[in-house]
Amino acid sequence: MTDQFSRRRLLSAGALGTGGLLLSGCDRLSQPGPFRSVLEAAADAHYGVQRGIAGEALAAEFAVSQMSPVFRANGNVIVKDNAEWSGHAADQFARWALKIDGLVLRPLDLPLDALRAMPQRAQITRHDCVEGWSAIGKWQGPQLGPILKMAGLLPSARFIVFHCADRFGTVPYYESLDLIEAHHPQTILAWAMNDKPLPVAHGAPIRLRAERQLGYKHAKYVMRIEARSSLAGLYGGKGGYWEDARGYQWWAGI
Amino acid sequence: MDKPEEPSPDTVSAPESLAAPVMVKRHRLSTRLWHWINVAVVAIMLMSGLMISNAHPRLYWGRIGANSDKAWLELPQFPGWATIPSEYNLADARLWHLAFAWVFGAGIAAYLAWSVVNGHLWRDLRPRLAELSPAHLWQDIKDHAALRFPTGEAAARYNILQKLAYCGVLIVLLPLLVLTGMAMSPALNAAFPWLPELFGGRQSARSVHFICAAGIVLFFVVHIVMVVLAGPVNEVRSMITGWFRLPPEPVAPVAKDPAHD
Repeated sequence: MTDQFSRRRLLSAGALGTGGLLLSGCDRLSQPGPFRSVLEAAADAHYGVQRGIAGEALAAEFAVSQMSPVFRANGNVIVKDNAEWSGHAADQFARWALKIDGLVLRPLDLPLDALRAMPQRAQITRHDCVEGWSAIGKWQGPQLGPILKMAGLLPSARFIVFHCADRFGTVPYYESLDLIEAHHPQTILAWAMNDKPLPVAHGAPIRLRAERQLGYKHAKYVMRIEARSSLAGLYGGKGGYWEDARGYQWWAGI
Repeated sequence: MDKPEEPSPDTVSAPESLAAPVMVKRHRLSTRLWHWINVAVVAIMLMSGLMISNAHPRLYWGRIGANSDKAWLELPQFPGWATIPSEYNLADARLWHLAFAWVFGAGIAAYLAWSVVNGHLWRDLRPRLAELSPAHLWQDIKDHAALRFPTGEAAARYNILQKLAYCGVLIVLLPLLVLTGMAMSPALNAAFPWLPELFGGRQSARSVHFICAAGIVLFFVVHIVMVVLAGPVNEVRSMITGWFRLPPEPVAPVAKDPAHD
């Protein structure tokens, strides 16, 4: 009986070992190296192909009746350890202003009232989290494109970076778009959600909506927008918090 | 089940059995190539897909679905031995899944197109009307259940259950996996708004994606069992070299030995 027991143990250990070897093979291939570079190049190829296929196409917009009864808030749902944001939150962002700088002719400070006074776009769209869930909600705010025109992008500007008030540990959240996505008509700075001022859990005072991208692109608690020529030199250089921290793809169209 | 490789002593006396085994070219190069590429690619897609499922293991019908919405299926967390990578990492799972999606999608498209052009689909895989009659189907099911596999010339062709299984995978499950996968991409949704709607919304497409993947697993299990039962050496050789040894016809006149089969 002990013999049988040990044989069974040996067999299962062997099976586990074989499976483990195969798996650790895949895990090892995921480490930085030539194979991972090939994987990354193949994943990045979706960017070029989808740029070509999607063109200027608009994301689907939905009816009020199709909206999610509860719109899940995730990522950071509160800003901690940021006195500047907390101070603004305490007086309903009355003295808060969005900074626009970097490679622009005219750096701007746009108070919330100024953003509300600009031509608005309201859209009922589907929000797709990278994890797989979807929610439909209504967003309203000025389009990013005209704001970038006001500031006057320099010819060397290639990326628009969103610097946020929320943090993971000590690192603030940040995201970036290329100029095509930044100028897309549905890319707006939303200060209203479902016809109410944007709740704190969803990124007050403003969050980015980039409707052809997965949720992690939709930066919340945006404090500053910076035009850059390159993503190199911005934190880890991959263009976004999750891209740098975990290796998510910068192109979030898939 | 597997026929003996060498004639057994009691059949040596029958002269027909001494004839060299009949070898037929069963699988063309495109089939063999795609088959073995798919073994690796489908395994990678499945295992990285299970890790992606682990990130939000709930399935919904319709356009929306998140934690407070009603899920029609709550999946377990798939264990590390079944996922790529083995420890929770959605970013790396997506890296594998989205990279190999190119090989997966291009492989299916190329193989389907080539199978239309070279006649494989129409000639070898198309179920004929007579084969779809309930009587014929029932007979084939009984033969499979009794492990009576075709011999001689008949073994060179696909039987109706094989045709239905291969057509189900080749023209239903695999293309649906590609289409529902594309239906989950927000950028492709903008380009083709009808695509998620074709399935009843993005979350329905996600559910169909999972159901089709489960169908592939079911096919894999049945496929492996049938290969083992039908003679794994001959079957695997035919998928590597293309050459298949026709299982010899039972020697008809030898009625005195009904237990032969």
